[in-house]
Amino acid sequence: MTYAIKVNKNTHSVDVDGDTPLLWVLRDVLGMTGTKFGCGMALCGACTVHVDGVATRSCITPIDSIGTSEITTIEGIGATAAGAKIQKAWLDREVVQCGYCQSGQIMSASALLASNPHPTDADIDDAMSGNICRCGTYVRIREALKQAAQSTGQGG
Amino acid sequence: MILDHRASPTLGSDRSSSLDGLSRRRFVQAGAAAGGGLMLSLNLPFAHGAAEAAEAAGFAPNAFIRIDVDGQIVLTMPYVEMGQGTYTSIPMLIAEELEVDLKQVQLEHAPPNEKLYGNPLLGGIQATGNSNAIRASWQPLRQAGATARTMLVSAAAKRWNVDPASCHAQSGEVRHAPTGRRTKYGELAADAARMPVPDNVALKRPEDFKLIGTPAKRLDTPAKVNGTAVYGIDVRPPGVKIATLAQSPVFGGRVKRVDDSAAKAIKGVRQIVRLDDAVAVVADHMGAAKKGLAGLKIEWDDGPHAKLNTDDIVGELEQATLNPGAVAQNIGNVEQAMAGAVTKVDATYQVPFLAHATMEPMNCTVHVRRDGCEVWVGNQVLARAQVAAAKTAGLPLEKVVVHNHLIGGGFGRRLEVDGITRAVEIAKHVDGPVKVVWTREEDIQHDMYRPCFFDRLFAGLDEKGKPVAWNHRFAGSSIIARWAPPLFNNGVDPDTTEGAIDLVYALPNMHVEYLRVEPRGIPTAFWRSVGPSHNVFVTESFMDELAAAAKQDAVAYRLALLEKAPRAKAVLALAAEKAGWGQPSPERVGRGVSVQFVFATYMAQVAEVEVSKDGAVRVRRVVCAVDCGTVVNPDTVQAQIQSAINFGITAALHGEITLKDGRVQQANFDTYQMLRINEAPAIEVHIVQSREPPGGMGEAGTSAIVPAVTNAIFAATGKRLRKLPIDTSALKQPA
Repeated sequence: MTYAIKVNKNTHSVDVDGDTPLLWVLRDVLGMTGTKFGCGMALCGACTVHVDGVATRSCITPIDSIGTSEITTIEGIGATAAGAKIQKAWLDREVVQCGYCQSGQIMSASALLASNPHPTDADIDDAMSGNICRCGTYVRIREALKQAAQSTGQGG
Repeated sequence: MILDHRASPTLGSDRSSSLDGLSRRRFVQAGAAAGGGLMLSLNLPFAHGAAEAAEAAGFAPNAFIRIDVDGQIVLTMPYVEMGQGTYTSIPMLIAEELEVDLKQVQLEHAPPNEKLYGNPLLGGIQATGNSNAIRASWQPLRQAGATARTMLVSAAAKRWNVDPASCHAQSGEVRHAPTGRRTKYGELAADAARMPVPDNVALKRPEDFKLIGTPAKRLDTPAKVNGTAVYGIDVRPPGVKIATLAQSPVFGGRVKRVDDSAAKAIKGVRQIVRLDDAVAVVADHMGAAKKGLAGLKIEWDDGPHAKLNTDDIVGELEQATLNPGAVAQNIGNVEQAMAGAVTKVDATYQVPFLAHATMEPMNCTVHVRRDGCEVWVGNQVLARAQVAAAKTAGLPLEKVVVHNHLIGGGFGRRLEVDGITRAVEIAKHVDGPVKVVWTREEDIQHDMYRPCFFDRLFAGLDEKGKPVAWNHRFAGSSIIARWAPPLFNNGVDPDTTEGAIDLVYALPNMHVEYLRVEPRGIPTAFWRSVGPSHNVFVTESFMDELAAAAKQDAVAYRLALLEKAPRAKAVLALAAEKAGWGQPSPERVGRGVSVQFVFATYMAQVAEVEVSKDGAVRVRRVVCAVDCGTVVNPDTVQAQIQSAINFGITAALHGEITLKDGRVQQANFDTYQMLRINEAPAIEVHIVQSREPPGGMGEAGTSAIVPAVTNAIFAATGKRLRKLPIDTSALKQPA
């Protein structure tokens, strides 16, 4: 069946089964490979996108549940205020190693920052513990999130 | 594993001496590049005096630096980036000596060619691993940069008719201060190519370094934060289909029967490929392929390992250690020393199989045509990847093109080519390119695993508690024996024994034996920090046991054994001081320590661990002191240690692969757990300033953390853990 979905402000029409996870529509049908596959069971967060601003695991989100919601991916997150701050902090703090999980980390972090401009350590644990980093960049993820939050406090 | 030194730990400065006797002319040659620039060809010499053999065989370059007429500097390098920062630190070496900005050095992937790009520290295999890219490149790449700089200066001096000594290189130009003349490298490159290669070039003094030792921004980061970085799993050749697969759940099993009628009816499923021991579903997208896979009814013939359990394998290892093994190291006379010992301590240790669980699941894209084969993959051993593809496709080597990509986590998994072989097997049945992506379950259940080991130790202490005898015998798989057979000699290899022999301590009587026992029904492979991931846990735990038996402080006890190892002593003292060793800690909170010399790097760690009443373990803080010789990119050193520590804690707390009826019981991140941000400790890294040659950095932190954690648990609870992963039920506080 054909679904019209809105990704990073652009509307796309895709012809797949309704239970097809959004992840594979993005990666294999639309060719937007910035969103990553890690587990297929919402256990690792590599596939995180925003659905109407909410951090969502695209690997278990069927395409027929999207409706008219706005999807934002790593390719589009830099256009949001929180996303731009997070990306800058990730660069400033040299968070990245292999980098494979970082699309998902950045999507979770920018959703956190957008909804909570001054997250505590506990808030960071809550929002980010669904995202595994096998390179163990957690020390720097925490530092970068705090840096981005500080820049929010200073008005950007 | 250390393949490049035989010096005692206190003589670390001898390590790169293999280069000193080699004339520079022999490993740097110059000529004109296509397009008129300067091309330098380097011959990275082999370790262990094999340089002479390489010389006798004639000049065979294995790395290339090109300076184009537009000033662009291109390095063709044989190492792949998998998060360790090598795409930044290697160019730093050349940029430093060439006096150019790091941004001016552009990287090109080396194509698969073992003859050209073999790793001198890995017996000439084209591999990225063993924490040795910087170690192998440190001297030759700086020499090459200095050679190019000298030739550019000579070319300018000749053009200006001045003394070369009155010219200097700076910011990508040659300058003549007395007259204020300056010319860019690009304009000199063609002339420089005609200058003689200098016999001797002066390397910069460490105090003049501008790049080496200063934190550099990684060159691969921007693409990794905006989604544009292309990993192997992201390639999309035109018309590519996506396949996923089910492999025999028991290693060595076969497909008996397949009912694919339901799978074929699924929208987007194009084809079912049946192999001897696997079935693949080829589809328009992974969603359809996975749905098709779920719809297959496969009957397996489980083969010879159908009843195999992990306990059987461990039992075989335990049994093996009752008999003598190959002697890995002998110092003095342990038997005699034991006879005179006042206190005797003995223990057995055990570590499990571990999966790599790289975040990027196994994948490989292949297009098999009648007259050739194209492969897209992220892999640590490119030349082997090409050989595997050619063999499986039944094509000559030169008909196989391998495109290498960024690696979403290596840790040893991508030093193997099983995934490439598998993808080509499938692609042979598919018309057009096909991307074979393993599900996470396949990735964990068909890994090649860090081997399990069983260890027996005994030691004797004198009346002052000092160890007078140390005996260690262990059994398990030798990966080297399969992966690089020439390096397996007299029953031992340099990886499996690293961290068990050449200990930092002065032990007057020491005997270490290894028994190679390959487990049935489960393949083994390198895993971050390999030999030391097992041995350092065992030896540093046992050293802790000796300190406890001697009723002495764990740090003081070790320091007393390090009089002849000043670099080891210094890192231990530094880590203890920064960690507040000896200060009181709350109930059920303890500090544990470890010190090691592996991958040519000295490291000590202190872990502060809290054990809750129900036995849950939380690593609160880790302090690491490291002496890795000269530091190229300090930010990468810190990042690699942070990373390696979390990798090691993951294994200590959660890591275990078990077999039941031949099947791996763990499948995804619910049953094979990774450390998460809420469990990750605060980490402090203290780097000792040093001008010794660089040591390896990617793996050392993983082996050091594990005994630091278990020793801290002993300090917190009095419970000695001799088996991994940590059994929290044993740590419950009695009611």
